[in-house]
Amino acid sequence: MNVWQFLLHNHAEVLELTLEHLWLVGVSTLLAVAIGIPLGILLTRRPAWEKPVLGGANIIQTIPSLALFGFLLPAPWIGERADRLAILALALYALLPLIRNTYAGIQGVDRAVVEAGRGMGMTSRQLLFQVELPLALGVIIAGVRVAVVISVGLATIAAAIGAGGLGEYIFRGLSMVNNQLILAGAIPAAALALTADFGLGWLEKRLQLR
Amino acid sequence: MPAPVDHSPAIEFRGVSYRLPNGRALLQGLNLAVRRGQTLVLLGRSGSGKTTTLKLINHLLAPGDGEVRVEGRSTREWDVIRLRRRIGYVIQEVGLFPHFTVERNIALVPKIEGWPQERIRLRVLELLALVGLDPQLAARYPRELSGGQRQRVGVARALAADPPILLMDEPFGALDPITRAELQREFLALQRRLRKTVVFVTHDLREALLLGAHIALLEDGQLLALHTPEEFRKSREPMVMAYLAAFDSAGGAGERGQP
Repeated sequence: MNVWQFLLHNHAEVLELTLEHLWLVGVSTLLAVAIGIPLGILLTRRPAWEKPVLGGANIIQTIPSLALFGFLLPAPWIGERADRLAILALALYALLPLIRNTYAGIQGVDRAVVEAGRGMGMTSRQLLFQVELPLALGVIIAGVRVAVVISVGLATIAAAIGAGGLGEYIFRGLSMVNNQLILAGAIPAAALALTADFGLGWLEKRLQLR
Repeated sequence: MPAPVDHSPAIEFRGVSYRLPNGRALLQGLNLAVRRGQTLVLLGRSGSGKTTTLKLINHLLAPGDGEVRVEGRSTREWDVIRLRRRIGYVIQEVGLFPHFTVERNIALVPKIEGWPQERIRLRVLELLALVGLDPQLAARYPRELSGGQRQRVGVARALAADPPILLMDEPFGALDPITRAELQREFLALQRRLRKTVVFVTHDLREALLLGAHIALLEDGQLLALHTPEEFRKSREPMVMAYLAAFDSAGGAGERGQP
């Protein structure tokens, strides 16, 4: 039985694992966006925090993912369920591109434009929502894109702690030395990553044209 | 005119100094008054403190020593947002919002001031006519305009909420000589009609002589001379003569093509 026959034959399970995978990536990305973008904005207001915050996010990125899953295991509430734990870990990994791109995107807005707005009496909030964020949106979406692609890949490892997702097939295949099974997990995961990359890339381009 | 003329200055600098955090003084002990309805030109070379002086008026910068008074009140006492909305601001790079249409750019201050929509629409049309732009351009984006058109939109935007004061920081500096001459002429015509209090920054002597009711010559953060254009031309003061001579020998810094 080749990979395609396997996928076709087990399409119900494949679909379920894909949805689990999407759930892990989707929720963790939302969480990371909800934390990362405000944090990135905050850095543009408090430049002194830039180094410690970006440094911290950088350090998180360097922790091997399996180790991070392990570290989080004893945490209360989080450690109780594998999917909670996986979502938190994935969100932590997604933070860096989000914070960095939000910060860089806003810093990159033409200074003359910001100064003109401030000089005409726009409040800090008006400047942020009407000028800085809209003009930084392309760069911020680029950060989301990087975060999502990383998460789709990393989420396969979440299967190691029992969080489900397409990693199930990969780990099952590894233990059974079954390449078809590994591919049955890897191919849909790659397809997800490519689709997300393409879709967000398209959005990014559209936003930057303005 | 039945109404008594208000002779109090619209803008007044009293012993104003401004220093960078590293201690370098950009402006030292500036005393200067701008009368209502007049155009004061701040003239000087790059780094002389012209733009610093301008930004002290709308409190983009806060004075280190002394005080800047706008309409009789220190900029420190003003609600800074209220202050800025009473002051139109035009800068060389124009600073139009690239993601806003011409209409939304011009409507910016009226909109954040909460004008009703219909009034804003009429005001935009009125302003486009005032600065000599085709109303068809209202729906365009800034990148679709020429440099001269963009600068006109910049002026329209600054005038939108009819502020009594207008600050212009080398507004025509990036334009080709012909467009610049055109906009200078239009500025004069506009100013004859509107009688705003204008502070206009330039390093171009001819522009200063053409547009200013008074010219303040700045050098190294200090006011060297304050004259009408007539006095300025005839001045025997060494610093003024040096500036005139330097400008002449620089060939008018490429200012040919002007009337």
